[in-house]
Amino acid sequence: MEKPIRVLVGKPGLDGHDRGAKVIARALRDAGMEVIYTGLRQTPEQIVQAAIQEDVDCVAVSILSGAHNTLLPKINQLLIDGDAADILFVAGGVIPEADIQFLKDNGVKAVFTPGTPTTVSIDFIKENVKR
Amino acid sequence: MYDDKKLDGLKDSLRDYEAKVEKSIARFPERKEVFYTGSKEKVDRLYTPLDLEEDDFNEKIGFPGSYPYTRGVQPNMYRGRLWTMRMYAGFATAEESNKRYKYLVEQGSSGLSVAFDLPTQIGYDSDHALSEGEVGKVGVAIDSLADMEILFDGIPLDKVSTSMTINAPAAVLLAMYIAVAEKQGVEASKLRGTIQNDILKEYIARGTYIFPTEPSMRLITDIFEYCSEEVPLWNTISISGYHIREAGSTAAQEVGFTLSDGIAYVEAALKAGLDVDTFGPRLSFFFNAHNDLLEEVAKYRAARRLWAKIMKERFGAKDPKSMMMKFHTQTGGSTLTAQQTENNIVRVTIQTLAAVLGGTQSLHTNSKDEALALPTEESVMTALRTQQIVAHESGVTNTVDPLAGSYYIEAKTSEIEEAAMEYIKRIDEIGGAAKAIDEGYIQREIMDAAYNYQKDVEDGEAIVVGVNKYQIEEETPQNLLRVDPIVGENQKKKLRALKESRDQAAVDKALLELKKVAQSDENIMPAILAAVKTYASLGEITDVLREVFGEYKQAVIV
Amino acid sequence: MNYKEVTWKNKRQIGRMITMVENAVEGHEEVFEALYEKTGSAYVIGITGPPGAGKSSLTDILARSFISRDKNVGIIAIDPTSPFTGGSILGDRIRMNELSTDPRVFIRSMGSRGQLGGLSAATSSAVQILDAVGADIIIIETVGVGQSEVEIVKHADSILMVMVPGLGDDIQAMKAGIMEIGDIFVINKSDLPGANKTKIEVEAMLSFMPKKSWRPPVLLASATKEEGIEEVVDALESHRAFQEEDGLLFERRKRNLNELLFEILQDKLFRQVKKLEDYPLVLEELTEKTIDPYAAANQLFEKI
Repeated sequence: MEKPIRVLVGKPGLDGHDRGAKVIARALRDAGMEVIYTGLRQTPEQIVQAAIQEDVDCVAVSILSGAHNTLLPKINQLLIDGDAADILFVAGGVIPEADIQFLKDNGVKAVFTPGTPTTVSIDFIKENVKR
Repeated sequence: MYDDKKLDGLKDSLRDYEAKVEKSIARFPERKEVFYTGSKEKVDRLYTPLDLEEDDFNEKIGFPGSYPYTRGVQPNMYRGRLWTMRMYAGFATAEESNKRYKYLVEQGSSGLSVAFDLPTQIGYDSDHALSEGEVGKVGVAIDSLADMEILFDGIPLDKVSTSMTINAPAAVLLAMYIAVAEKQGVEASKLRGTIQNDILKEYIARGTYIFPTEPSMRLITDIFEYCSEEVPLWNTISISGYHIREAGSTAAQEVGFTLSDGIAYVEAALKAGLDVDTFGPRLSFFFNAHNDLLEEVAKYRAARRLWAKIMKERFGAKDPKSMMMKFHTQTGGSTLTAQQTENNIVRVTIQTLAAVLGGTQSLHTNSKDEALALPTEESVMTALRTQQIVAHESGVTNTVDPLAGSYYIEAKTSEIEEAAMEYIKRIDEIGGAAKAIDEGYIQREIMDAAYNYQKDVEDGEAIVVGVNKYQIEEETPQNLLRVDPIVGENQKKKLRALKESRDQAAVDKALLELKKVAQSDENIMPAILAAVKTYASLGEITDVLREVFGEYKQAVIV
Repeated sequence: MNYKEVTWKNKRQIGRMITMVENAVEGHEEVFEALYEKTGSAYVIGITGPPGAGKSSLTDILARSFISRDKNVGIIAIDPTSPFTGGSILGDRIRMNELSTDPRVFIRSMGSRGQLGGLSAATSSAVQILDAVGADIIIIETVGVGQSEVEIVKHADSILMVMVPGLGDDIQAMKAGIMEIGDIFVINKSDLPGANKTKIEVEAMLSFMPKKSWRPPVLLASATKEEGIEEVVDALESHRAFQEEDGLLFERRKRNLNELLFEILQDKLFRQVKKLEDYPLVLEELTEKTIDPYAAANQLFEKI
């Protein structure tokens, strides 16, 4: 059997709305992926350490608190510092269109805003992970 | 409720009707094989008196202002006073929020509702490492009494009712409010308002918990006890189904899980030696309003009837006020779409109607742009105007509970009540709400419903206009509210300055005393109030409690 | 990557090597070749028990205890209960989030999947890697519900069985084969009513089992209240000392290596056979009953 795609799903920052994170975790599972779910209130350090130790193919974070411009670039920098920049980094949540370019310039490969079908996120991950 | 002979006749007519419909359907099939509510409950083609055959009018429906309060808690409802139009708001700094409150009061908003930022909600000061990027983002940052004084500057606290969305550190924020009032010369006994103070739904759905279940329940019952003597007009808890629904539950789950939480609080208070009729009247609830208008109306009516029965029959309440479920409603944030945001105004209108036809005591209407960012002043105004149009132009406020007697509404009300009761029974079997949360039962039920809904949307089974049907290419929405990142820095500076200028010895002494009280079984409120008055920070106070109580660990339920 | 030079600090490389060996991808044999001589110094603890017994919390608190003694701790958290889609959600890290940034800790989650040799071999391989790169203690944590989990924790030097009060019937229902593997029993959540009763029940159950030279202790603890943890650590140390003194540890590891060798051989043989041109043909004949399974196996075996 082929090695399944491993994805870390986590919530950086303090917001506790994890419906989106859990729905995507289930959808990725049903698409045959192995999901490492790290839960609420994750610091960028915790997310990146987990990604490295778990050797995931993709880090997918969900954030609704509005702290994305602070926290996501930090995750990206820690991935680079940890020799893990090859891990695909995507984000979802309430993220205004105007911030998306800034996040893309900071290593976030895709931003999935509310209403994005899970299939879109799944396909993006499948097509863009480095295998 | 009906004459038996007439019902027999009705059965014949219904058979005729069905035969006729079947024939017509054979030629022109209906749009769907099965029709469902927004919560995926089956809906029949037609409801008739036969669906209410067993019902006793007085027992099930009755009169507004009378047990079981199906039709509302006041005898004349909105003919007397309209619901409180309470807009949840709180931005960045205490100064800015203060301005917004004054604006809302001028616009005719009849109650204040404070949104706190996440660090405040989790008991971290603005200079805590985990607060980075979060300060002032989803609400106002409150580090100490000094911020609270600015927040309510120029707002006479004996004239407004204030609702505070605060849970784990509710005791601390309430103490700050009491202290501000004192400085204004307003006695605590005159204060009106609500603290959310509902920790169980934080564990289930909202995530701003701090302490483990047991000490959290103690904080809550301490507040019940303290307020029953010192702040008697204050609603000490707002038992919230809102966030349970946002997390993806069905309407029946919203009622079942919320009332189970309510039962847990009542039991905790009884165990702490309180009398059900001293705190019962101060319990309030908080529900969601979704798009399925009729299902939602039935939901509120079912919740009211069920709670009245629980308080009377299970807990032996004598005071009718203990049996009356008063509730706040907020329109459903998760129903808003990031696509074609103008459509959200229409959704909010339907939801407003649902809440009003369901007999809410207060209402917050969401703004159209909230799926994208915090709302702008302009969109908040439209949301408030929506309530005012329903209040003054729609006519639904002219009579009490106008949908009562609808065969569908009454059948649906009973159906939701029964389904909710099943959940409550199941949770009782597990050993109560706290245990059911620990074991993940409640979270798993909600997640299953949420995931099924997501699949229905993706399969086109459930249609969301502008999202999976009637999509258009759109321009990037402009003019969204942004919080200046400098806010966090300024808040940190303010806190540093405060710590340098206050009487540190007094702070240390108050915190030490707080620790002692926390370790004992004395009521904790006076010690918190004393600490707050020394300008001890929220983080310092909760750190003392963290040390004594420990911290909650999330159950792993995906 | 020069495998030999990878140390405990190089978390990225360790993570990658585990991926290679657990999936038996191209190059994994070289990893073993480079590292195997460095294995053998870590002590491996298996933690198992029924769902909801608080294994992750206990793992978390034990790991903290070892860290405070300046040990490097590797944790392998296994959830073998995922469905057939091949996907899984692994959430054991949630209970150990604060540990994950500690430089002395390395945590890896594993789900059930179709690895050749199965989860057991994958676990064993991951243990070898962590051992070789500098772990002092390795904790394997898994739900103990059936035979396959027993296979997983068998790679451990000491096995902790975690129980909770009020499982009366469940203890009866647990197969003797599962109870038998426990070296130390921990009644977790000891603040719950019935903890002592459960302790007595477990002790009674153990007294019916074949006598071994090591008598498994039954301890009361509460991982969340951090009570009774030192006693668990002490028991682990006694068990280790006991095994080292009597040469039992050597025997135990030899037995485990024997199984590993067997799994690798099985795997290799299976791969070889599957590559044979005749394989589909023989399978066809077997299906059509023109040949019996033993004859089929012999026929393929001779072709290798």
